[in-house]
Amino acid sequence: MDMSYLGVMSRKNEIMQKSVGIDYKKYEFGSIAFDYEKMMSDINYSLNDIKQIQLENGVGNTPLKELKNITKMVRKVAPKGKGARIFIKDEALNDSGSFKARRASLSCYHAKKMGYKGVIAATSGNYGAAVASSAAKLGLKCIIVQECFDSKGMGQPEILEKARLCEAFGAEVIQLTVGPELFYVFLNLLDKTGYFNASLYTPFSVAGIETLGSELVKQCITQVGREPDVVICTNAGGGNLTGTARGIKAETNKKIEIVGASVNLKGLHMASDKDFNRKSFTTGHTGFGIPFAANPDRSDVPRSAARPLRYMDRYVLVNQGEVFYLTEALALLEGIERGPAGNTALTAALSIAADLDEDKMIIVQETEYTGAGKHHNAQISFAKNNGVNVYFGDPEEEVPGTSIVLPNHPGLIKARVVDLVHLKKSCIKNHIANNKNNFLMYEDILFLMDEVNENELFVLETIKDLNVKEIKLKGGNT
Amino acid sequence: MINAGSYVQIHKIILHPLERSAQVPMDTKAVPLEMFVKGFLLNDADLNDFVQIKTVTNRMEQGTLINITPNHKHNFGDFVPEVVQLSKMIKAFMDGDDC
Repeated sequence: MDMSYLGVMSRKNEIMQKSVGIDYKKYEFGSIAFDYEKMMSDINYSLNDIKQIQLENGVGNTPLKELKNITKMVRKVAPKGKGARIFIKDEALNDSGSFKARRASLSCYHAKKMGYKGVIAATSGNYGAAVASSAAKLGLKCIIVQECFDSKGMGQPEILEKARLCEAFGAEVIQLTVGPELFYVFLNLLDKTGYFNASLYTPFSVAGIETLGSELVKQCITQVGREPDVVICTNAGGGNLTGTARGIKAETNKKIEIVGASVNLKGLHMASDKDFNRKSFTTGHTGFGIPFAANPDRSDVPRSAARPLRYMDRYVLVNQGEVFYLTEALALLEGIERGPAGNTALTAALSIAADLDEDKMIIVQETEYTGAGKHHNAQISFAKNNGVNVYFGDPEEEVPGTSIVLPNHPGLIKARVVDLVHLKKSCIKNHIANNKNNFLMYEDILFLMDEVNENELFVLETIKDLNVKEIKLKGGNT
Repeated sequence: MINAGSYVQIHKIILHPLERSAQVPMDTKAVPLEMFVKGFLLNDADLNDFVQIKTVTNRMEQGTLINITPNHKHNFGDFVPEVVQLSKMIKAFMDGDDC
């Protein structure tokens, strides 16, 4: 067997199918389309099944807390009558310290049911600890593959902490230097061990989050008497937003605005050895958020279950210094000390709440645990030691990798709007670029409409200038 | 000498610079892809020897023995005066002493 880089990569599809147990090809039709809903429903776990599995594994039912003092802060900077109430779903209280426990619990349960002896996940984030924790409960072996060090051997403190927690749960942690060839190591391990690929992007991993959306709607109704107006999700690979939105839709027909929020890391290359330790956020940032929204199938499975543009009504960016401000404020004003990356959506909420009437309600749908390495003090200290200039001022001046600007007034914190139309057009263009034919079927157009949640005219206008020779209607007409 | 059975960390080059993927940026392509793994030493060895280990999932790995005390060194960072200042500013703002 050829175990070289090219040899293993050439067997990618075969290894994937064996390690996930899903034949993705059977969902594909037309020239580019695939049946997303069928792929999701074929997992054969209902929302109630998933709730029960999570309940038995120490996952879910996290409290929804009203942040009265953060809301008070918003109202001090908002125009009179503005300043929506902000609530937070305290997901850090899951066993492994983040909402990722929801994703991991279902993936590991399914792996066990299917008879896999172990699970492997390629992640430098909280998901590693979540998989390790779930695997520990179920008696599965667990390997976590991390991108952790730069070429000088300097580890990102946040990732080092996640490695420690994975080890605490009995997992083997394989730590790599920077580079997308991590995927080669990952495939090699899947191939050699025969373990389940607990990818962040399988239907199990995204369906596991649907309970979060369902719970928050129910809790709002119980605690406040009605559904929320806005739900803000920190957005990276898109699974968090996708799963939460699907859970909300399963629970209520009321229109709730779904907002994605990412930390702005514009200008930093995600595969760059030099840029690696110049960022203070290793997840929840634009380096994942934008490319994965525009091209969801760039993930580690052939068809990603995380498809945020199907559900996202608004996408906003916040800066690193602003998130550190809110992380400090959450501890000081609410007595809740949480990790900075998990406070990305909270930071956006501060700005969005200031534009809404006082009787409106915003849910920030996650927090994450904090501790050595994952604390904002650790991250700011690390940034300074890596030559990043930290100062107080206007956050608009922040240049990722060069400066972190701590706002000297909460009124300066802004949720900057991303051009969602442009992102949706990019998503359509990426699908067309993957088209093996030079024509589309009408069912491809319907797929693209679902994919970006837009009408036929939007899709047809977007593909007008692309290399599509014809659109074949049913019955052979063009 | 380090005894067989000791819990150690090894290092291995996965890809040399010339073997790296075409899509990686130049600075990354200039350096190897390296791997660090911990496990139990199979035979007595010295630091920097090429050794074999058994990991906690019972996998065998080979590489250079680089660490015989693979402890966690990450912490809460150095004293950051800006964080103290931030705390002071937030409290002052909420107490109405702002600007």
